[in-house]
Amino acid sequence: MNPLVRPPLLEIQGLSKNFGGVPALAEVSFSVPAGSVTALIGPNGAGKTTLINCLTGLVRPDRGRILFQGRDLAGRAPHEIAALGVARTFQNLRLFPRLSVLDNVLLGLTPQAGSSLWQALLRTPSLRHRERRLKLAALEALDAFGLGGKADWPAGVLPYGDKKRLEMARVFVSQPALALLDEPVAGLNSQETAEVAGLIRNLRRQGRTLLLVEHDMDLVMGVSDLVVVLDGGRRIALGPPEEVQRNPLVLEAYLGRMSVTA
Amino acid sequence: MRVPLRQRLWWFILRHRNGLTVWLAAGGLALLPLLMPTPYHLGLVNLIGIYALAVLGLNLFIGYAGQISLGHAGFFGLGAYGSALLTVGGWLTPWPAMFLTALLVGLTAFLLGLPTLRLHGHYLAMATLGFNYIVHLVLVQWDAVTGGPSGISGIPPLTVAGVAFQTESRFYYLIWTAVLLALTLCLNLVRSGVGRGLAALAQDEEAAAALGVNVRREKVRIFVLSAIYASVAGSLYAHYFSYVNPDGFCIFKSLDLVIMVVVGGMGSIWGTLFGVSFITLLPHYLEFLEAWFDIIHGLILVVILIFLPQGLITGLWDHLRLTLARRRLLARPEAP
Repeated sequence: MNPLVRPPLLEIQGLSKNFGGVPALAEVSFSVPAGSVTALIGPNGAGKTTLINCLTGLVRPDRGRILFQGRDLAGRAPHEIAALGVARTFQNLRLFPRLSVLDNVLLGLTPQAGSSLWQALLRTPSLRHRERRLKLAALEALDAFGLGGKADWPAGVLPYGDKKRLEMARVFVSQPALALLDEPVAGLNSQETAEVAGLIRNLRRQGRTLLLVEHDMDLVMGVSDLVVVLDGGRRIALGPPEEVQRNPLVLEAYLGRMSVTA
Repeated sequence: MRVPLRQRLWWFILRHRNGLTVWLAAGGLALLPLLMPTPYHLGLVNLIGIYALAVLGLNLFIGYAGQISLGHAGFFGLGAYGSALLTVGGWLTPWPAMFLTALLVGLTAFLLGLPTLRLHGHYLAMATLGFNYIVHLVLVQWDAVTGGPSGISGIPPLTVAGVAFQTESRFYYLIWTAVLLALTLCLNLVRSGVGRGLAALAQDEEAAAALGVNVRREKVRIFVLSAIYASVAGSLYAHYFSYVNPDGFCIFKSLDLVIMVVVGGMGSIWGTLFGVSFITLLPHYLEFLEAWFDIIHGLILVVILIFLPQGLITGLWDHLRLTLARRRLLARPEAP
């Protein structure tokens, strides 16, 4: 089935946010079909990060709704949104450098790990079994992202490419309903970028839904089903990559500007 | 295929290393009184036990969750005075008094934590310091209830089945059983999802929240837990010495507790025992420097925090871990 006609997993309706009177997002609406890769692009300051932060609860939107599986996410706390199955990576790596690689991935399973203080203090049999199961899942995720032999390393000493992959492993270990990847290839060389593109295509084939914020146009055009273009806080285009590429508004706002600076 | 016995034994040890270490420590501690030349020395070890109980909780809050409290001597004092008042007044016997006091101190910490744990760094330090200052002031000034500067005496000892924990050696077994229990609970906590969440929020609150850690709730919970640890330690202190006065619960005592955490190492549970022992024993071995002790404590704190911000034991351990990992990385070069 064409992913563009599948029912939306995420529907953003009239989302607005002002920072001190300056609109960062103005009436932005679009939806992310289930099982698709949707890319969010736009020049610097277009409002991409604000949108992701609204989605994950770090920023409270002024107006608008964020419908995810029928629930409105707008104004919910980050940990509630994570528990509903929305996982994200950060633009600049946000790993926990002093924790081990394994613990970093296990933190991706925080909602599954349970939050009972009593169980934790007494290390009850049910908690012990759960921990063992989670640890296996985490080790599998590490293998899948090529970090198999480094589980007990402090995350801080990993080379940059490994850190990027570790952050991805942390997102996908919980098999989230929606994964937000904020610039997954920033700072990677072309070979590593191709690797990440392969990973993304693989995840899509497994039926995962991804929302991608990215500057790398080759990656965006190569992996996404749907492209949403923001400029100055407004959505200026929406459609399949080939279509968006030809859109004169996009060319002017984004690609045009790039060709001038290039 | 049968796995050789040696290998299975090795796996068993690896898998149960935490439990085995606790039992090993318990065995060693059970024999320790035989090595103590005088009851005075055993008394010192008991004092270490009492402070270890409080510092174990504080280390979860400071070392593991990355917060700061300069007010835990306040909780320690509330625990001691709670038990003293309830038992000397004849309201309750020691055990229920200790339990009720811990509950009330936990509630106090909850009410204090809700507003103050929104603060970070210096602000949180000042808020908790203020709390400790108020507790101390009340203990000194509210003569009619607390006995003012002269305190409360005649606190009955704890008893189990008619045996009173009055002598140094009897109390020794009581306090160190409590310490090992408390330590086991801490070891359990840090190996759970809750513990990972605490370690994560210590390093990056926003990223931890995005992963599903309820940052505010976790901070309040660990603050309450650490206050209850301090309260129980205070209750044991009161019953052990059968006398309390406000001096032991002033803001400088809170600083001592923090120094013990720092020497033991941030988040290092076994290190706590070292930190407490070191700071408690130091004045007894360097008695001739008595007048200089505030300066020496300050120096220890400053030097460790400058060179090993993670505290002495944890700092050295992290250094070792990083060095080993870097060496492995160099020994096994891969395409970056």
